[in-house]
Amino acid sequence: MRALVWHGKHDIRCDSVPDPRIEQPRDAIIRVTSCAICGSDLHLYDNVIPGMERGDIMGHETMGVVEEVGPECHGLKRGDRVVIPFTITCGECEQCRRGNFSVCERSNRNKSLADKAFGHTTAGLFGYTHLTGGYPGGQAEYLRVPFADRTHIKVPESLTDEQVLFLSDIFPTGWQAAVQCDIQPEDTVAIWGCGPVGQMAIRSAVLLGARQVIAIDRMPERLSMAQAGGAIPIDFSAESVVERLNELTHGKGPEKCIDAVGMEAHATATLDSIYDAVKQTAMLETDRPHVLREMMYVCRPAGVLSVPGVYGGVLDKIPFGMAMNKGLTIRTGQTHVQRWTDDLLRRIEQGQIDPSFVITHRIGLEEGPGMYKTFRDKQDSCIKVVIRP
Amino acid sequence: MSGRRDAGGRDTTLAVVRGLGWFSVGLGLAELLAPHAFTRNFGLRGHERLIESYGARELAAGIGILASRDPTPWLWGRVAGDALDLGTLATGLAGHNRPRSRIGIALAAVAGVTLLDVLCSRAMGARRQRAKRLARRDYSDRRGMPRPAAQMRGAARDFEVPQDFRIPEPLRPWTNATQTGAPQTDAPQTGAT
Repeated sequence: MRALVWHGKHDIRCDSVPDPRIEQPRDAIIRVTSCAICGSDLHLYDNVIPGMERGDIMGHETMGVVEEVGPECHGLKRGDRVVIPFTITCGECEQCRRGNFSVCERSNRNKSLADKAFGHTTAGLFGYTHLTGGYPGGQAEYLRVPFADRTHIKVPESLTDEQVLFLSDIFPTGWQAAVQCDIQPEDTVAIWGCGPVGQMAIRSAVLLGARQVIAIDRMPERLSMAQAGGAIPIDFSAESVVERLNELTHGKGPEKCIDAVGMEAHATATLDSIYDAVKQTAMLETDRPHVLREMMYVCRPAGVLSVPGVYGGVLDKIPFGMAMNKGLTIRTGQTHVQRWTDDLLRRIEQGQIDPSFVITHRIGLEEGPGMYKTFRDKQDSCIKVVIRP
Repeated sequence: MSGRRDAGGRDTTLAVVRGLGWFSVGLGLAELLAPHAFTRNFGLRGHERLIESYGARELAAGIGILASRDPTPWLWGRVAGDALDLGTLATGLAGHNRPRSRIGIALAAVAGVTLLDVLCSRAMGARRQRAKRLARRDYSDRRGMPRPAAQMRGAARDFEVPQDFRIPEPLRPWTNATQTGAPQTDAPQTGAT
């Protein structure tokens, strides 16, 4: 089959690779009908997440049709139409039973490696670092789904691929980012980053009833999409984020702050970002956490910082004293996808939201390598890429 | 050399630019760590501090090229630095007992690198212009919701935030406390009765 394969920094290729096969009794094989490039795939493209290996298949936003199931994969049959969550979940361990699916204790086949790196393992992820299992991803014609009896979302034929594909990651991720804020009707929610997760977080915050949603970015097309979703845009390249946020909140700061940027904040926008970029180049720091610093500074005391943006390792110069003294609550984590998808699927079916609004580019697998660069460089007004293998 | 790719689809211009970045870092470190070697070989004794400052400049340019998403300004910075280097080397030719052959070779090498710097700067600048020319699209019609946001605000209030995602009431910011009967003034509390 054909697949987008990681060969190193800035080197993704469309290769021919062996077809996947059933390896475990609870596995299923799906024929991929749609998949997407995620912002976190760009961290792998930029090689800032450790633990990738040459030959790894990319992709963790995938959906398709079941082709084959293992003997113990109950509840799924050939022909079922499914979206595959990016987190692989056994559904049986203590964490899965609590709904903490992204920290499933059993699905990471490199558990010992993750135990060493993180202290305790987290869930296995598709198309990601070997610290999270190194499972082949879904930017391919076929995908093997481990623990498939629990790692799927069945979707009705009445909805198109583009309406439901993002249940795999960015929609529940934006939703969880907003839910983590426990939004109250008087809240101002400030969201850094108007990429796909930021766009979903904006609409989630609006639907959950935030009084005011503010979106921070510098790309005009992203800010226009944010504004369409009900956010007040701030262009950080043209105005002071701190001053503008204080102005919009009568000098009090936003109650809730969402970091939908993560480890690769714009490298030359601020002095601390330049400092981070230099340290990152000299391999003295893994991440550029400008957004975290700014959120800690500007957030209203007793507020909440919600962090769906991906961080990879060791962060420098985090003003934790500021966060502690202001009594900020910090909520982070990969998304517990299945915890939210029943509710979100219902909202899509009811027409409350159509997540396909975020798609800006539709391509075939062969165009994937070039599109990684286009997406990374924010060229051609690219916000979200959907691939039809 | 704008936009050239090799048979494997790799971007050769970017590869050359990164090569220049590493070259800059290497030369900068050498000038910082061993300025005497440069002044001795190029007839510039007594100018060690100048060489060290050139080293710091090279190092900064190299890091800038390697770390920034758009290396164009750093490349033009290198071109300006090359001009300084050429001028400084040329001063070594004046006077008696100068190592003219070594200086001549160095001048030729710097001239070659300057040419490469100029070509890369122009190529990257052209790319930047092309990218700017691509019209930014307007997504102001991409609402994703059936009605304007003002009408959709709170449409999902039927969602019950799970217990483990709730912020305990006493930890909520002041705006929320005002709704639960706490004092509603923003004035500082003096404590006086």
